Amino acid sequence: MILADIFQIFIYCLIILVLTKPLGSYLTKVFNRENTFLDPILCPVEKLIYKLSAANTEEQDWIQYTKSMLLFNFIGIIFLYLILRLQNFLPFNYEHLSPISPDLAFNIAVSFTSNTNWQSYIPETTTSYFTEILGLTVQNFLSAATGIVLAIAFMRAFARESSNTIGNFWGDLVRSVLWILLPLSLVLSIVFVFEGMPQNFNPPVHVQTLEGKTQIIPQGPVASRESIKALGTNGGGFFNANSAHSYENPTPLTNFLQMLAIFLIGAALTNTFGRMVKDQRQGWVLLSAMFILFLGGALITYFQEISGNPLIKSFITGGNMEGKEVRFGIIGSALYSIVTTAASCGAVNSMHDSFLPLGGVMPLINIMLGEIIIGGVGSGLYGMLLFAIMAVFISGLMVGRTPEYLGKKIEAKEIKMTVLAVLILPICVHCFTALSCISSYGVKGPLNIGPHGFAEIIYAISSASANNGSSFAGINANTSFYNLITGLAMLIGRFLIIIPTMATAGSLVRKKIIPSSPGTLPTTNLTFVSLLILVIITVGGLVYFPALSLGPIVEHFLMLKGITF
Amino acid sequence: MLKNLKTAVLMTLILTIVTGIIYPLAITLITQVSFSNQANGSLIFKNKKIIGSKLIGQSFTSAEYFHPRPSESNYDASKSGGSNLGPTSKKLIDRITFSSLELQKENPDIPVPIDLVTASGSGLDPHISLKAAEFQIPRISKARNITKERTLILVKKYTEPKQLGIFGEERVNVLLLNLALDELFSHS
Repeated sequence: MILADIFQIFIYCLIILVLTKPLGSYLTKVFNRENTFLDPILCPVEKLIYKLSAANTEEQDWIQYTKSMLLFNFIGIIFLYLILRLQNFLPFNYEHLSPISPDLAFNIAVSFTSNTNWQSYIPETTTSYFTEILGLTVQNFLSAATGIVLAIAFMRAFARESSNTIGNFWGDLVRSVLWILLPLSLVLSIVFVFEGMPQNFNPPVHVQTLEGKTQIIPQGPVASRESIKALGTNGGGFFNANSAHSYENPTPLTNFLQMLAIFLIGAALTNTFGRMVKDQRQGWVLLSAMFILFLGGALITYFQEISGNPLIKSFITGGNMEGKEVRFGIIGSALYSIVTTAASCGAVNSMHDSFLPLGGVMPLINIMLGEIIIGGVGSGLYGMLLFAIMAVFISGLMVGRTPEYLGKKIEAKEIKMTVLAVLILPICVHCFTALSCISSYGVKGPLNIGPHGFAEIIYAISSASANNGSSFAGINANTSFYNLITGLAMLIGRFLIIIPTMATAGSLVRKKIIPSSPGTLPTTNLTFVSLLILVIITVGGLVYFPALSLGPIVEHFLMLKGITF
Repeated sequence: MLKNLKTAVLMTLILTIVTGIIYPLAITLITQVSFSNQANGSLIFKNKKIIGSKLIGQSFTSAEYFHPRPSESNYDASKSGGSNLGPTSKKLIDRITFSSLELQKENPDIPVPIDLVTASGSGLDPHISLKAAEFQIPRISKARNITKERTLILVKKYTEPKQLGIFGEERVNVLLLNLALDELFSHS
């Protein structure tokens, strides 16, 4: 039983590792504008899009690149906000849903453009089919593409030398949508429908059940949304229960494919990075560090959940199944929870809120580390590179040499920007959590009481700040207070971190690549992997330890003492 | 700047058409033609009336049917979700203790399978574990006046194995099993 479960984790890792290299190579070709097998179909479309949008496709420096990105995302927020506010005037609104209130519309618009997909509302009774496809599905593509292109631009900062430019935002954007996200989503959607996911525009079906009760079953274009939800690490559900709902995740196979899709592009980008800097080992080193952290989380959560809740004294058999689906079982749920929080996806196939304290703390820690274990498509990679820069810097200090990474000298300016980018997240999490805990609006949110209630608050704030989007779903976050502060947290966690990150790229790209000397710290060996993990845990993780102690950790010990709330 | 703004607006519009109209419509077209049953929600018809979906659990309370798992929304498909009660919630522990004592009465010899006393994440879980189906056999057999062996054969017939031998868990679709019960054995 346990062996078969561990075997599922093994198969999962194996398939991701096998796919990393071919997809990494494909991504490199797409962004280096080398020939790919899709060119005959897509190149004419690409040209047409540039022509229609009057896009300037010349190379840009980091400021122009970031400006274009910010402008594009700003327009995206406005567009989505308008759709949400006006959905009662738009077609495909079978249930005559009313326009969404301003605070919630702001929250949703930010949530979907920032690749967070935090949902404080119940989709079944809030968003129309029109909103789902032209608003939310679109931003699932565009926010994912934004993440990917930023990572590519960051990679160019290491790959190029003595240059000013890091690529062209519009060109990278269009290529990542057409060459990567659309074809993968097409294939995956069709498999999903074959396995049982609905894809229609029918109104909800009214059913008389076997025992004569009525049941109203919602329908909709689910599959086209699910594929990009996973591939683009978006995570926003078509239904309230997200991937626990059997329409969103009908079989164990769709469950496995969703997990694969969530890691697929993020893992491949590490290989693309290696290829860009002309040393694939550099990519494998990052991926190894990610996988070690990932496996640690997966095993801890799995063994917690399989052991069951010690507070249940009745004559029962089985692990903790509260909030989990029978078809996935404990391993399918525990693994999914770690995958979705390691990558900043946020889709859930089980309710993390009902996990055991130390089972549920691992998803939370994954989020708090800043979504760098695979991470959001693109954002995970540049997040990880910031930690790599930090690791090189710290070891440079220890031996008293100017640190360099991939031949680029890491100097005061880069390290200032890097530290800023890394610190924004914990500052944001702590400040907003503290605010929620002292505000009378904030403490009304949690469903559970005691340390678990605090865990619900800090999970919500961390999830929004790190752009994950999953939640301890007991919390009622659809209030003006939470819509506003999680909205702000998502904006800060996405866009405020991007600016110092791109500034780092802008200053690195200007530097020469110095050939390595005997004094250079090698960044392709096991020592560097351990160093990187150490820096991630001490710099990224330790800062949350006091807060975690007040929540899940104390809850664990109280549970062992037999205390309930 | 103004030119950039124009591009940003136009690019958003064009990519909205590509990913928000062409893409979902293409998938709808392809799947409605090739897998129309699944694409329309895997609905089950009986005497030309829709009686449910293979994928959406229904509530069953009478003794002659297999019962599904507890559901936070009581199998109201228009709102899905779990209980979200934490592991140290008194409400959760009390609920589990109470319902396992109730279940114990109908089958005191074997332990209660955990899925029968815990709410699913969706509130619409169409399945129970094989153990949970077996646990209910004495009640069903008594209510329908059939032997336990015949009920067990039917349960085994409706047991879905792990997918591809690896993924997921062994499970029984409650609605399909109850439909089969009704077809084979009349109500008592």
